[in-house]
Amino acid sequence: MEFLSYLISGISLGSVYAIIALGYTMVYGIAKMLNFAHGDVIMVGGYLSYYAMFSFGLPWFVALPASMIVCACIGMLIERLAYKPLRQAPSLAVLITAIGVSYFLQNSALLIFGANPKTYSNPFQSVNPDGSINAGISLFGGQLTITYVSIVTIISCIIIMLALNFFTSKTKMGKAMRACSEDKGAAQLMGINVNRTISITFAIGSALAAVAGVLLCSSYTLIQPTTGSMPGIRAFTAAVFGGIGSIPGAFLGGLLIGIIESLAKAYISTQLSNSIVFAVLIIVLLVRPAGLLGKYVPEKV
Amino acid sequence: MGKVKSVNDSPLVPLPTNAFVPERDLLKTPILETRHLGIDFGGLKAVEDFNLIIGRTEIAGLIGPNGAGKTTIFNLLTKVYQPTRGTILFDGYDTHEMDTVALNKAGVARTFQNIRLFNNLTVEDNVKLGLHNDIKYGMVPGILRLPSYWKEEKRSHEKAMELLSIFNMEGMASWQAGSLPYGAQRRLEIIRALATDPKLLLLDEPAAGMNPSETAELMENIVAIRDRFQIAVLLIEHDMNLVMSICEGIAVLNFGKLIAKGTPEQIQANPVVIEAYLGKKHGEEA
Repeated sequence: MEFLSYLISGISLGSVYAIIALGYTMVYGIAKMLNFAHGDVIMVGGYLSYYAMFSFGLPWFVALPASMIVCACIGMLIERLAYKPLRQAPSLAVLITAIGVSYFLQNSALLIFGANPKTYSNPFQSVNPDGSINAGISLFGGQLTITYVSIVTIISCIIIMLALNFFTSKTKMGKAMRACSEDKGAAQLMGINVNRTISITFAIGSALAAVAGVLLCSSYTLIQPTTGSMPGIRAFTAAVFGGIGSIPGAFLGGLLIGIIESLAKAYISTQLSNSIVFAVLIIVLLVRPAGLLGKYVPEKV
Repeated sequence: MGKVKSVNDSPLVPLPTNAFVPERDLLKTPILETRHLGIDFGGLKAVEDFNLIIGRTEIAGLIGPNGAGKTTIFNLLTKVYQPTRGTILFDGYDTHEMDTVALNKAGVARTFQNIRLFNNLTVEDNVKLGLHNDIKYGMVPGILRLPSYWKEEKRSHEKAMELLSIFNMEGMASWQAGSLPYGAQRRLEIIRALATDPKLLLLDEPAAGMNPSETAELMENIVAIRDRFQIAVLLIEHDMNLVMSICEGIAVLNFGKLIAKGTPEQIQANPVVIEAYLGKKHGEEA
């Protein structure tokens, strides 16, 4: 029963990683760049929903779409101002810019929202008539509790996964994205606007980051300017683990990283959990350098 | 030939008297006209003073020894490269301000010397990407599968199938483009280019790697495509049999300069062409 509870919290954590990793992997697949500012967009999404819910008193189902829309705009703005001028630049320059944007977002948040962590009360719970908080479903006579946050997280992850899969395989914009990721030049000659496609990719990735922000803050009930950086890095690990550029890969990588982390914390050591996650990553990459579902592309000589 | 008047909406572009276009296209604005077109790569003048006129329904050939700059000209005509000098008039309009996407929308489509299909997508999806600007539904109806999504997807499916039927490839619609046999990949590239509804189709070595019977079929198909869609075709090709049998006008390029344009008979008889291209001094290129 204990194991089941750790497994469920691992799947829930992994679902958040998967949602974040989707953002990394889509941007990498299409723009061929690592957007290290992605983790900080999560934090921005968290703060936006925080103010929407606790300052303006909006319910979560209004606050969430609102912060998704604002984050999508911020994502497009970042792409337009920071990355688009570097479209022809070497990838190292883009990488450094992404790290710069990441620090810029973190420090702006520090300036605007302050360094003190804010309490983010979990919107996915109800208060019982006797004043106690009902945060989840009890099963097996109270031996196993599944929190509503976990349920919402896992369900959102599945919905997002299915929707994205449909979007990229069945709609014209999604197909245009896949075309751009394969051959930008040929896509342009088909009349596909590559800049617009990249912009939309950033918008979708950043909107997903906002969802991850709300879910993450709801389960940790805390938000601060560095909230996004560590989950961002773990999700990046998850994307590489599953094979960067692959959408099912990001999903699988996220889930596995979440489960490994949760089980490592429970059975081995809380302090060593990070080391264990990264050790597993190293072993997987030694065996499959392109990640679990990634395709190995031999370089043409 | 002499002075001609425009009979369609495009601004009047008088044909220079030395321009060769088929008789039936004489009174119409040429689909393509380049004036003193040139591009430099560093100090190298890859294309210089390139003047070419192509009639609205002409099948034209661009030939020349390897490295003469033929593919560079295709890249200039599609704005993959920006010309250093000169003007490209497409359908009578100056293309100076246009980029690749704008030119494609205006009606320029091309295939590639080294096939550049979207290998991980299906054959049908490759054609649908050519139809990209023809399919009209937004992102939201796409994700929510509103009626406009189904209607447009159905229409584009039918259109894609109709285009595939030109080369009898309907049966391969669900195949992955990368898994097609070589000849079929070349044909799919032509279909994908046709899907963008071009007025000028640029084919870069369409018969490369094909056997004689496939080439013969391709020749018939190119003529059939021109007759059916009433478009102009400009093709680069090393197969002299193909060029001499289907091209109405042939332009010969050597060291980035146009040395002649004329009918196949004129080109075959042109001493400069023979010297530059077929001549013994430069070895056997073709």
